[in-house]
Amino acid sequence: MAKKYELNEVEVWDGNMAAAQALRQAQVDVVAAYPITPSTPIVQNYSQFLADGYVDGDFIMVESEHSAMSGCVAASAAGARAATATSSQGFALMVEVLYQASGMRLPIVLTVVNRALAAPLNVNGDHSDMYLGRDAGWINLCSYNPQEAYDLTLMAFKIGEDLDVRLPVMVHQDGFLCSHTAQNVRPLQDEVATEFVGDYKPVNSMLDVSNPVTHGVQTEEDWHFEHKARQHNDLMNSKKVIKRVFDEFKDLTGREYDFVYKYKMDDADIAIFALGTTVESAQVAADKMREEGIKAGVVSLRVLRPFPFEEVQKALSNIKAVAAMDRSAPGGTFGALFNEISAAMLAAGKSPVILNYIYGLGGRDTTIDHLVDIYRQLDECAKAGERKYPLQQFIGLRGPKLSFY
Amino acid sequence: MTKKIKNLKEFSLSNDRYEGANLMCPGCSHNIIVREVLNATNDPVIVATATGCLEVCTAVYPKTSWDVSWIHIGFENAAVAIATAQAAYEVLKRKGRLPEATKKMLEEGREPKFVAFAGDGGTYDIGFQSLSGAFERGHNFMYVCLDNEVYANTGGQRSSSTPIGASTTTSPAGTVSYGEKMMKKSMVEIMSDHGAPYVAQVSPSKWKDLVKKVQKGFEVNGPVYINAQSACTTEWKHAPEDTIEVSDLGVESCVWPLYEIINERDEHGIIYNTKLNITYRPKNKIPVEEYLAAQPRFKHLFKPENRHIIDLWQKAVDTKWEHLQRREEAGV
Ligand SMILES: Cc1ncc(C[n+]2csc(CCOP(=O)(O)OP(=O)(O)O)c2C)c(N)n1
Ligand code: SF4
Repeated sequence: MAKKYELNEVEVWDGNMAAAQALRQAQVDVVAAYPITPSTPIVQNYSQFLADGYVDGDFIMVESEHSAMSGCVAASAAGARAATATSSQGFALMVEVLYQASGMRLPIVLTVVNRALAAPLNVNGDHSDMYLGRDAGWINLCSYNPQEAYDLTLMAFKIGEDLDVRLPVMVHQDGFLCSHTAQNVRPLQDEVATEFVGDYKPVNSMLDVSNPVTHGVQTEEDWHFEHKARQHNDLMNSKKVIKRVFDEFKDLTGREYDFVYKYKMDDADIAIFALGTTVESAQVAADKMREEGIKAGVVSLRVLRPFPFEEVQKALSNIKAVAAMDRSAPGGTFGALFNEISAAMLAAGKSPVILNYIYGLGGRDTTIDHLVDIYRQLDECAKAGERKYPLQQFIGLRGPKLSFY
Repeated sequence: MTKKIKNLKEFSLSNDRYEGANLMCPGCSHNIIVREVLNATNDPVIVATATGCLEVCTAVYPKTSWDVSWIHIGFENAAVAIATAQAAYEVLKRKGRLPEATKKMLEEGREPKFVAFAGDGGTYDIGFQSLSGAFERGHNFMYVCLDNEVYANTGGQRSSSTPIGASTTTSPAGTVSYGEKMMKKSMVEIMSDHGAPYVAQVSPSKWKDLVKKVQKGFEVNGPVYINAQSACTTEWKHAPEDTIEVSDLGVESCVWPLYEIINERDEHGIIYNTKLNITYRPKNKIPVEEYLAAQPRFKHLFKPENRHIIDLWQKAVDTKWEHLQRREEAGV
């Protein structure tokens, strides 16, 4: 039995500590991990919990992220609760195995501290890794600050392990801006958290000697499609369970989560649509605009996968212009978020003007002034009822301005 | 619990956990080895397999050849998979959360065995990182390399286990080439140097020796490496009915010496004593040429311009055999 950890009503935690504490409280059976900046403190904190008797499980420092995720898959198939953390290159090395985890329907939890992908090598935050893993068949939850990283990591276990879901879950947080920024966090006491997360009830455990099971079969064209369709179906339908868990968490803590996060959107004409820590900066910029009488709001996603299609359509239904903010190198097309928002609004049959801003790559600061400038462009478009600026612009880049289309 | 085995007939009829009627080629040694390993114990066995012939031919949905729990994740991770499943077992045992039937088995004083099977590609090359890591960390499992000296599943490309002179699809013999240029990696020694408590080389043709070593390995606490010679009818290009004959030529020529290395060590991996035993000594060591001649993958070596490669082979095999005998004598 693990020792109880004494927690104050309010703790000062950075995002890494918040995630590590949530893993501890979920009493994960097996954590197999490999360090990488900026998520390293998660595994360090976790080892200290183990060294001090606060965790009763196994922590395996494997020799690579590929093995870390492989270890999680095997432990989970054996019937253990499994989790790990990574960033960037480590995430990239895991990608092959991310697909195995979701294809085998194993509810592993992965905390991703988002960081740029090399080259050039860069340890700072952007969302390149988030988008690299977006289509791996995992549920993807996004947090903006340490409190949310903690809350969503606890909820991740409950969502992924639900028998109607049985899928792995990633919880994203911004490298350094969240992972290394200490803030007040209101934790649950250990017993409350443990009860909320609940016991893990494995399906088809490899350790049941009376019932041998085969995990990770080969299928060709005669079955592969059916497997993938079923997996997609259950991922799409996981929204019901996600909603239920969000509601239960609200009843327990008063903290409210929804698929789409909205700030001052009820009467907004223009909106910034961003993920991660930028959401909080955008709120400050929106307040500034509102002082000038410009009705600005902020929209974000809590749940990147399954993509909350209808909720996005609804959030933007009365907006005249919206900025789709992509914090990852677009690699020869529009930003990933822009593409998804545009698709949703095209299908809605009524679209606001949508501009694509590429920003903050490799940890480049995005200031309130940048966001105010974006709101001003949106405001002009809203007033004109048409796009007055290039479709894709780079924000905060040195040298000549860069824009496309 | 060590299983007593009297003769081959009894052995072949005992306690089958693996259906031999699968999609492997006729005469494939992988099948023989897997059956021999699984038959060596009465305890439950939990298996991880790397990508390769064994995996693609034995678990094609909705069928499976495995009547033991089995997992395939990828090409590179059989070692870490089985090691972590074993670690999960220890945690769940401690927490009292094992399935009921497994708890009952424990009360009877039995424990499951954790075994990984991988080809030489999944072992010598792409899976080496996870294999090395799992051995260094001292997990409690057995790793069996089905060493057919080639990437068979993808059509016969060279691996770092392919021996000199073998013609493969990526080291083909041609008008100016005799095929593979390098002798194979010494995997048994490499794994022994990881401090593994038990490491052995086996051939399916010497089934009693194989079973004895597997049983020894199952008794050991810590990582065990078994390098199994696995003649591949498709890539070695011999007739299916000659598999055991070809394997035996390998053993009798000392191309494939049968030996074991025992590292006496404590729970921290500190080794106090190393012992090498040659477990089969051919009465009349036959020339390597006879082994090579039985396999068309070496056919071109018998052309006059390539004869020197056969001489090199003989020299390499003699040197290694000499070395093994000296190690055995010296007890190191
Ligand atoms: C990451 C990755 N790279 C390449 C492959 C393609 N591949 C599948 S099996 C295989 C060769 C297997 O060879 P080996 O391990 O020697 O086993 P064998 O088929 O000979 O039994 C290869 C290259 C793969 N599945 N995964
Ligand atoms: S190709 Fe070789 S290793 Fe593969 S199944 Fe056939 S005989 Fe066995």
